[in-house]
Amino acid sequence: MEQARSAVETIFRQESGRIIATLIRLTGSFDLAEEAMQDAFASALAQWPSGIPVNPGAWITAVAQRKLVDHFRRERTRLEKQPELERQRQPFFQPELATLEDTSVTVADDRLRLIFTCCHPAINPAAQVALTLRTLCGLSTAEIAHAFLVPEATMAQRLVRAKGKIQAARIPYQVPPRHQLGPRLASVQAVVYLVFNEGYSAAGGASLIRSALADEAIRLGRLLCELMPGEPENLGLLALLLLQDSRRAARTTPSGDLILLDHQDRALWNRARIDEGLATLRAALGLGPPGPYQLQAAIAALHAEAPTAAGTDWAQIAALYGELLRIVPTPVVALNRAVAVAMSNGPAAGLLLMDRLEGLESFHLFHAARADLLRRLHRTEEAAAAYRTALDLAGNAVERRFLERRLSEIGSETSKPPEAK
Amino acid sequence: MQYMFLIYGSEAAIAASTESEMAESVARNQAVIEKASAEGALVGVGALLSTSNATTVRLERGIALTTDGPFAETKEQLGGYYILECKDLDEAIAWAEQMPACGGGCIEIRPMMELPG
Repeated sequence: MEQARSAVETIFRQESGRIIATLIRLTGSFDLAEEAMQDAFASALAQWPSGIPVNPGAWITAVAQRKLVDHFRRERTRLEKQPELERQRQPFFQPELATLEDTSVTVADDRLRLIFTCCHPAINPAAQVALTLRTLCGLSTAEIAHAFLVPEATMAQRLVRAKGKIQAARIPYQVPPRHQLGPRLASVQAVVYLVFNEGYSAAGGASLIRSALADEAIRLGRLLCELMPGEPENLGLLALLLLQDSRRAARTTPSGDLILLDHQDRALWNRARIDEGLATLRAALGLGPPGPYQLQAAIAALHAEAPTAAGTDWAQIAALYGELLRIVPTPVVALNRAVAVAMSNGPAAGLLLMDRLEGLESFHLFHAARADLLRRLHRTEEAAAAYRTALDLAGNAVERRFLERRLSEIGSETSKPPEAK
Repeated sequence: MQYMFLIYGSEAAIAASTESEMAESVARNQAVIEKASAEGALVGVGALLSTSNATTVRLERGIALTTDGPFAETKEQLGGYYILECKDLDEAIAWAEQMPACGGGCIEIRPMMELPG
């Protein structure tokens, strides 16, 4: 019994994305597919104790398909008993029962269609993320709600609305045509990166489920590479996730406080993740001029390969940020470049770039970075003022504690200005 | 399935556009109309005069209350529409990409309800 239960759980984990992707193609409905799959897993719980099938994933798919055939037969009978007028109002999608009954039909790229449908830009971005986690990763609505710190009812509503729009506006279940592929793939990659960041920035109470999000994002990243080999930015994205994730154990204290890169214990970095990240990045860079994910991965790779914080190739990192700035000209990228320049050419050079930036006045990390350079230039009072501005703007308790610590460190170097709070 | 394409734009920007810009916009619309018509996708198309000519009628307890002006004063206003028969939303988006959105505006795509009979 226990053995069967754990087999069912394993198969759900490994195969539910693939199974539901096929069922959605066959039914044209997320809800019907989900219901049929759940019924099939329930049957597995009842039947597998007397023998686990040789190919459990195929067993689940076949049982779900049988349930769907039954469903559509009942629907057909019901419709035939209704008057002509009612019959005309039936939903547009009527699956071919013959297709449904043919269990040999499995299309290799069903999951690819599913990813593109879930991440269709016509769906609200928050719902894209939720729908991807719900269908491709098999997370429950409660788990997703918990991970994104919203009430379960809100998350359920978000999913219902998204599925409703897919049906009503006929968002197609397909890999987009070539001329739309570029922006659509970028939309998919953005969802995967968003899932990762949500997990990676996890701190405090909900951290367990949220760090599971980082794992889910890596799984999705691998899936994208598997389904669309030869897309360099898919590889770049996966490399970036792996390299960032390699530092997961080193970036917080046991109490959840943030540890910056230069203070991390590099022995805690996950070597296997780094090696895989580097190999993935190499594969990507062989395919053509690098896009934004590859550049960010290359930056992460230089950190991963540095023996110490001081031994980091900051000049190369500054050059890569310069490249990234050309493709993604945002103030935040420019800020990162200024920080790298400060590390390679000294704080004065970095400050010069930083003071030219516009549009970051309300971004706490801008003031924190500036404060750091001022501190290193021994302009202590200006540094203290910048730390205080950063502190006023920071929302996250972990980051506030870090800034307070910094402020008190320089406070001991000089007397505080009299008007200080 | 039929989709309605609602074309929004800034009337001030349209009024300020040059003759050659207007001519280009007209030509691009003409191209869409001809292509949609040739493919049997064209259900309807129309361009609207500016909202300075609009009249809004509100029914209050069965009595028509008529006022001058559009339903809402917004920066961008509805300036025209298409109704096209499309296989799915991606096909509709591909049509929208070919339409000129006047005055730096945008195009809202709305699936249409299928009415009985």
